[in-house]
Amino acid sequence: MFVAWRDLGFAKGRFALIGAVIVLITLLVGMLSGLTAGLARENVSAVTGLPADLIAFDRAEGDGGPSFSDSAVTEGQWREWARAPGVQSAEPLGITTTKAETGDGASAAVSVFGVRPGGGLGPVPGGSGDDSAVLSEGAAEDLGAGEGDTVTVAGRELAVVGVGGDASFSHTPVVWTSLGAWQGIAPPSGPGVPSDGTSGTNGTGGGGDGGGTATVIAVTTDGSTDGGTGTDAALADTDEKAGTTTVAKADSLAAIGSYTSENGSLQLMRGFLFAISALVIGAFFTVWTIQRGPDVAVLKALGASTGALLRDALGQALVLLVGGTAAGTAAAAALGAAVSGSDVPFVLTPGTVLAPAAVMVALGALGAALSVRRITSVDPLTALGSAR
Amino acid sequence: MSLELNEVTLTYPDGDGRLTALDRVSLDVPGGTLAAVVGPSGSGKSSLLAVAATLIRPDSGTVAVDGVRVEGAAPARLAELRRRRIGIVFQQPNLLASLTAAEQLQVMAQIDGRPPRKARPRALELLEAVGLADLADRRPHRLSGGQRQRVNIARALMNDPAVLLVDEPTSALDHERGAAVIDLIARLTREQGTATVLVTHDRGHLDAADQVAEVLDGRLTAPATTG
Ligand SMILES: Nc1ncnc2c1ncn2[C@@H]1O[C@H](COP(=O)(O)OP(=O)(O)OP(=O)(O)O)[C@@H](O)[C@H]1O
Ligand SMILES: [Mg+2]
Repeated sequence: MFVAWRDLGFAKGRFALIGAVIVLITLLVGMLSGLTAGLARENVSAVTGLPADLIAFDRAEGDGGPSFSDSAVTEGQWREWARAPGVQSAEPLGITTTKAETGDGASAAVSVFGVRPGGGLGPVPGGSGDDSAVLSEGAAEDLGAGEGDTVTVAGRELAVVGVGGDASFSHTPVVWTSLGAWQGIAPPSGPGVPSDGTSGTNGTGGGGDGGGTATVIAVTTDGSTDGGTGTDAALADTDEKAGTTTVAKADSLAAIGSYTSENGSLQLMRGFLFAISALVIGAFFTVWTIQRGPDVAVLKALGASTGALLRDALGQALVLLVGGTAAGTAAAAALGAAVSGSDVPFVLTPGTVLAPAAVMVALGALGAALSVRRITSVDPLTALGSAR
Repeated sequence: MSLELNEVTLTYPDGDGRLTALDRVSLDVPGGTLAAVVGPSGSGKSSLLAVAATLIRPDSGTVAVDGVRVEGAAPARLAELRRRRIGIVFQQPNLLASLTAAEQLQVMAQIDGRPPRKARPRALELLEAVGLADLADRRPHRLSGGQRQRVNIARALMNDPAVLLVDEPTSALDHERGAAVIDLIARLTREQGTATVLVTHDRGHLDAADQVAEVLDGRLTAPATTG
C-alpha cells in the first residue's frame, strides 16, 4: 500500500469525487432501506406479530396465489386444521379494512381483526362481550379514543376495553375485536362461503363458542413438523383435506396486495442503486487503472510481483469504499434518527442501515476487482521504451 | 557479480516470417565493469537489454544474472531476480508522480518485502551519492530532467544489484548533463561493483567504458577494449 496511499493523497481531487459519489449513493440506499422497512412495518406488522407459524388461506381458484383480500375460510376448514396432527392450535382470523368513527366525529381508516376472545391470537380478553374492541396505539391516536370510549366501525358500536400494541395492516392501524363482531361488520364472501348468508349465523350457528367463518386460519405447529415452511407432508395432507393453501407466516406477507407492489418497487429501486454504484465504481477504477498502466509497467519491470500490485490496488479501492460507505451510512442513520419521531415511516435498525452498507462495499469491491484485474496484463517491457 | 549472455537469439513475429533481432549474441560483463553497447537504430540494442533484464525470453541461448540461469524460470522467479539482482535505469526516468525522490527509492525496499521506512537512510545515502541530498523530499514535477534521471539511477542501485542495465540515459539531456550522468554511472559501477551494460547512441560516451560492443543487424562484433 506504499504507493497506493500516496496516490490517494496525490490524486485527491479525483478520489474525493468518487468518494462523494459513494457517500451519496450509500446515503440514498440507506434512506431507501429505512423507508422500505418503515412502510413494510405499517403494512404487515399485525401479521408478523401474530403468534403463529403458518397462515392457511382458502384455496384460491385463480392462479394469483393466496390473498388476504380474497380469502374466506369456513368453520369446517378451521376445525379440520384444529385437529390436524402436529398442530398445536389453529385460530380463525377475520380481517377487513374499513372506517371507524367516534362520537366526537373523529374518523380514521382502520383494519378490523376479528379473533376469538381469549383465543390468544389477539389482545381481546376472554369473557369480554362480542362487541368489545382493543385499539392499537395507532388507532387510538387517530381516533382520539381510549379505554371506556365507544367507537363505531362500519355502523356497529364497539366498546373499547383496552389500548395496546402497534399492530398495523395495509397502512392502517388495527382494531381488534371478536370474531362475532367482525362477522357482523364484514360478512365474508369468498368462494369457500355458502351463499346462503353465513354472516347471519355468526357466533351461534358455528357451535356457540365464537367460532365460525373468517378470512384465514392462523396455525401454530407443535414443533414435530417442519413448521414455518409449510412443506411438511402432514401439513400438505391437511391442506388437501381442508381445501386450504397454507404458507409460512413470513411468506404470507406476499398475500397483502399493497405490500407486494410497494415492496417490489422499492426493492427494485434499491437493486438499481446497488447496480449503479457497482458500475460507477467499476468505471472509475477502470479509468484509474488504465491511467496507472505506465506506472504499473515500471513497478513490474523493477520486480514488483503482480499479486502485490493487485493487492495494493484492491486495498486502495477498499479504503475508498469503506470510508465512503461509512460516511454515507452515518449520514443516513443521522437523517433517519431525525425523521423517526415524525410521521415518516422510517425504521432504523442495524439491518436497515448496516446491511445495505455491507452490500455496497461487497458490490463496489467486485466492480473494482473486475477493473484492477487488467493489472495482470500490463507488460513490463513497455517501461523500457522511450514513449511514455 | 556478472552478466553472461551466451549465443542468445531473439526473433519477433514479422508478417509471415520472423525478424531476427538478436543473432547468436554472446556477452560477458564481469562485476565492476562498464560495457557500452553502440549501434545504429533498429540494430537490436534495446532487445539485448530487454533479454538481459529478463523482460523477454530469447528463442535460444542462455542468460545468467549473477550466476543465476534465467531460462525456464517462472514469472514470479524472474520478478524476484529483477528486484534483487538487476537494476534498470530506464531511458525515461519513469518516476512515480505521487512519490518524493527518497520514496522513489524506498519503493524498491517495499517491492522486496522490507519496510520502506527502514530503507530511508540507504535512500538518502544514494541520493547523496548522485548529488541530490537536498532534494530528497521533492516530487518529480519539481525536479529538472537531469535531476530526475539521477533519481532514476539511484533507484536502480537501491537493492544492491549485481547487474545494472542502462538504456540511453542521456537521450533527454543536453550534452553537458549527459556527460555528467555517464560519469556518474561509470563511478557507481566501480564503487558498487556492478556488471553494467550501457546502451548509447553517443560515441562520445565510450571513453568511460571498459569494453565496447557494437551491434549491427542483431550481430555483436567482438568487444574491443578501449583504455
Ligand atoms: N516488439 C517488437 N515486435 C516486432 N519487432 C520488433 C519489436 N521490437 C523491436 N523490433 C524490431 O527488432 C529490431 C531491433 O529493435 P531494437 O528496439 O532492439 O533496436 P535498437 O537498436 O534499440 O534501436 P534504437 O536505437 O532505435 O532504439 C528492429 O528491427 C525492430 O523493428
Ligand atoms: Mg532502443
